[in-house]
Amino acid sequence: MIFSFDLLFEAVLFGVLLGCFYAAVSIGLSVSFGLLDVPHVAHPALMVLGSYCTFIVAGWGLDPIVAGVVLMPVFFVLGVLIYRFYYETFEKRGTEAGVRGLAFFFGLAFIIEVGLILVFGVDQRTVQAPYIGSSLALGEYRLPYRMLVAFGVALCLTVVLTLYLSKTFTGRAIKAVAQDEPALRLMGANPVRIKQWAFGIATGVSALAGAMLIIVGPVEPALDRLYIGRTFCVVVLAGLGSMTGTLGAGLILGISESIVLMMFGASWAPAVAFGLLLVVLGIRPQGLFGR
Amino acid sequence: MKASRRNALKAGAALAAATAASTTFPRFAIGQSGPIKIGMSMPQTGSLGAGGQAALLALRMWVEDVNKRGGLLKRQVELTAYDDQTNPANVPGIYTKLLDVDKVDLLIAPYGTVPTAPIMPMVKQRGLLLMGNFSFQVNAKVQHDMWFNNSPWNDASSWSDGFFKAGQSAGAKTVAVLAADNDFAQNLANGARTLAKQGGIQSVYDQNYPPTTTDFSSLIRGIRAAKPDMVFVMSYPNDSVAIIRAVNEIGVGPSVQIFGGGMVGLQFTPIMTSLGSLLNGVLNYNSYVPGMKYPGVEDFLQRYAVKAKDAKVDPLGFYLPPFNYAIGQIFEQAVAATKSIDQKAMAAWLRANEVKTIVGPIRWNKDGEWANARVVQAQFRGIADKDTEQFRQTGKQVVVYPDAYKTGSVITPFEKARSAK
Repeated sequence: MIFSFDLLFEAVLFGVLLGCFYAAVSIGLSVSFGLLDVPHVAHPALMVLGSYCTFIVAGWGLDPIVAGVVLMPVFFVLGVLIYRFYYETFEKRGTEAGVRGLAFFFGLAFIIEVGLILVFGVDQRTVQAPYIGSSLALGEYRLPYRMLVAFGVALCLTVVLTLYLSKTFTGRAIKAVAQDEPALRLMGANPVRIKQWAFGIATGVSALAGAMLIIVGPVEPALDRLYIGRTFCVVVLAGLGSMTGTLGAGLILGISESIVLMMFGASWAPAVAFGLLLVVLGIRPQGLFGR
Repeated sequence: MKASRRNALKAGAALAAATAASTTFPRFAIGQSGPIKIGMSMPQTGSLGAGGQAALLALRMWVEDVNKRGGLLKRQVELTAYDDQTNPANVPGIYTKLLDVDKVDLLIAPYGTVPTAPIMPMVKQRGLLLMGNFSFQVNAKVQHDMWFNNSPWNDASSWSDGFFKAGQSAGAKTVAVLAADNDFAQNLANGARTLAKQGGIQSVYDQNYPPTTTDFSSLIRGIRAAKPDMVFVMSYPNDSVAIIRAVNEIGVGPSVQIFGGGMVGLQFTPIMTSLGSLLNGVLNYNSYVPGMKYPGVEDFLQRYAVKAKDAKVDPLGFYLPPFNYAIGQIFEQAVAATKSIDQKAMAAWLRANEVKTIVGPIRWNKDGEWANARVVQAQFRGIADKDTEQFRQTGKQVVVYPDAYKTGSVITPFEKARSAK
């Protein structure tokens, strides 16, 4: 083991950047799974779809981040349609909806994966941007720009979603639907429409997360499988539905993983992350930032 | 609800029976005069999917060619390939289906060490001939005498020897080893560690990273802190791309003379094109690079390029496709010589004879690996961004090892090699 305080400081720096990236790819799931209780295992697949759409739009000369933002409304509509279909065919029909919904979203993930293979093949896809492949030098330290971009996007998403959920009527209704659906109905709001809207937001966010994914590294159609465990881990660790908690949990996961990778044994990194989840759930079943 | 479920079960059973009938009865009717069936699983998705699809295209080209020539033993050849998704857990099930349901006559292993390892005990137990497909040392412990690999290496030193020799010629005394946590990389890493020990090279960094690693910045920073003279990396395609990017961003430090060794993926055209100039200076293994002369390989690659464009797979196809086409040629010669598809007879003939292929003559040692390894260590030089066609030129990958194919000397240190033309 190599140890120095310089190295430890750098590990924490890399961890913050990595953690923000984890938060950026998990925040959409925090809305759909954390707030709406929808077992959305297709979230990473939609993110990978977002990456491929970013690849296409960036090919027209747009910056990948701008491409991700441009795609958000399209994905919002896609999310609304997906939720409507899920609601009509599964959720509306009773208490077994959760289990059957899980099958629906697994199916959706497979369809997206196979569709991407048919259209794009299995080769990896990357995008070009001035901030990909170079780094910011701060004395001895070098910070990859692509990770700094992930850092910025995660902060923006967290702030915007937190403000939206707490300051707007629809945002508060989304939070309310997670807590007490009949009460929301008594207030004159339609819970299905609110959930549809929220799922649209979660899917729209996954377009931007997809752009982050292809900026941070190359993507291939089956990449979603790598992120199912990790994104759910962040959301559960955070406490379901907490946006700032998602950022906090992402940071904890990223920093612990980075320190283990750099200073201890790299093989231990996944064990540390998921071990941390087990310990936290043992002490606080509602998650670190959950109520 | 219960009634509809029962109906669904009945319908499913009827469908299964109909499917079984449609696949079983024609086989009885055709009997021995039917096609010769060759079966395999191949990673067509997942991290080895890009290579697997290119390899499969080459095998299909051989099937087309051999059928044009009248097939094997005057019977047409049929290739059945299932996608194992680069998931070793899927492979034993696929081979059981190939043998017990599809009743294939001959088997080819999936591309890669990780997917191949799980079927070795089964083929040994059943006494089956298995053509290896770019796997590494999967037969070292199993010792199945009907295993024949198509890859140009044999033991661990045959793969890393060239890299270590290049490092030692540059005065390297320390090494950092970074390996993926899987069979292939661990076999190779063990070989590298042995070579380092034999050569008196001190290991200053040795890490196995998990396959779920997203960003390699921390690991590359750890390597830089260890100040090694050479960095030997054993990685799978997705990781290789992330590692090369991280090296470019973080830097490995001025002490490093050579970097690379066993990075899978840097031979695949889409990856080479997307990484472009970031590849410069990397010294890595390969199976074939332009300039190496084997009879028939250039003609094959020209025909392959046309088909690859339509199939949307690796357009150059230097790494796997010629060696997969060679698998077909090996079958063809063994069947012709033994005048049968008796697997024991074919295996006995292959153990005793040399075969001629588009990747040169092949003879196997007692482990079923090539008797004379031909792993190339080549250094990327003068690579530009976004240009696939440049890789067809000689000199873009300078062969520094083995001497028989050498086209130049390794440039050191790594930082200098990155800007060399």
